[in-house]
Amino acid sequence: MSDLTLPMVRQRPLDPPDKIDELRHQAHMHRMTYADGHVGWLVTGYAAARAVLADPRFSNRPEKMHPPLPGRMELLRRQGFKPQPGLFLRTDPPEHTRYRRLLTGQFTVRRMKALEPRIAEITEECLDAMEAAGPPADLVQAFALPIPSLVICELLGVPYEDRARFQEDARVLFNLEAGLEEALAAIGSTMAYLRDLIGRKRKEPGDDLLSGLVEGGELDDEELTGVGFLLLIAGHETTANMLGLGTYALLANPGQLALLRADPSLADNAVEELLRYLTIIHLGPLRSAEEDVEIEGNLIRAGETVTLSLPAANRDPARFPGGDTLDLTRPATGHLTFGHGIHQCLGQQLARAEMRLAYPALLRRLPGLRLAVTPEEVPMRSDMSIYGVHRLPVTW
Amino acid sequence: MEIKADTTVCIGAGMCALTAPQLFDQSEDEGTVLVLQREVPAELEDTVRRAVNLCPSGAISAS
Ligand code: SF4
Repeated sequence: MSDLTLPMVRQRPLDPPDKIDELRHQAHMHRMTYADGHVGWLVTGYAAARAVLADPRFSNRPEKMHPPLPGRMELLRRQGFKPQPGLFLRTDPPEHTRYRRLLTGQFTVRRMKALEPRIAEITEECLDAMEAAGPPADLVQAFALPIPSLVICELLGVPYEDRARFQEDARVLFNLEAGLEEALAAIGSTMAYLRDLIGRKRKEPGDDLLSGLVEGGELDDEELTGVGFLLLIAGHETTANMLGLGTYALLANPGQLALLRADPSLADNAVEELLRYLTIIHLGPLRSAEEDVEIEGNLIRAGETVTLSLPAANRDPARFPGGDTLDLTRPATGHLTFGHGIHQCLGQQLARAEMRLAYPALLRRLPGLRLAVTPEEVPMRSDMSIYGVHRLPVTW
Repeated sequence: MEIKADTTVCIGAGMCALTAPQLFDQSEDEGTVLVLQREVPAELEDTVRRAVNLCPSGAISAS
């Protein structure tokens, strides 16, 4: 047995939980007790986390995992018993390879560069609307959420007018305290919506990613629904939270904010550093060992679940010296925020393009941007599997 | 220094094309790595080492 359970409560909004900090200073790997009593592992070191993520002897299939937190157990198991085809994130090769191959061509560095003018336009439109209505404003609703939401909807070919429905479903899905029935209903509702949308694309294809996949003919409707679900939900929550929390972090570090304002060419590296420093993946990823694997002298036995704490790994001083401070000028590439290995984020170049454009535009348009409440009053997403701010009241 | 790439392993994450666009691109349809130039000019050796290290799937190497 082990006394350790997964620490989730953050004492300071921008830092990992104190207990995680303490653990990562002690060792890179720890025995940890899971919600069902299984004793598996918690990894807090950079090299060890990277090694696990790159190692094909670990599976990503949900039915093989023990859940680290109580609420998710049944949900994970139920999903595992009857997985929606197309949800390729939680599959292993060769199944994973087949889906990923169909999509990678859509998310290349070059394609994302070609999208930049459109992203810039969307960003300016959001800022126009925010300026016209404000101050004050909730930066999440006016800026952080609509930019990635508009972009992913356009890219996939999902009518933006329908967003209220899947934005709400996404909120429920990422809420760690949501009940099982509520979570399953949210999944069901977005799936039903996408099933219908794919039916429409079959009849009237457009110039968008989902239409392209329909016409490609390699996936059936259920698979297309699963793929669409993954891209839509992932495209919404992650970048939105990076933009919201990233702005909060910049406002909390006025020196760094001034650096970026003075030199917009810093944007590329600033984005990498914010990704590293904030590591919004608040829970997981998890892997399950398919056979005995030795990592840094520790024997992980076949069947054991491993939880990777990316917020801890990304602050490992062996890889990022002084990693507890936000430093927009440090070499920050190589962080694990998008994962590593074959499941590394498919949409990462899109996320980069959005952030690289959105942060400088925000700072340029609103030179007097500041919090409209005290930092302590900003509601943090400690209850969600993707960390961030629920709201960010700002003025300028 | 010479680059080797295995497109069967590549997952199209694009870290190579982002890090060393002079030497790597991605194919239009599959998004997998394209090596634009196998021979690495001396001044790009560090950049290539960085790209190899960042590649999530181990698809590229250089020696
Ligand atoms: S970084 Fe690696 S996985 Fe990504 S496109 Fe290049 S070779 Fe492929």
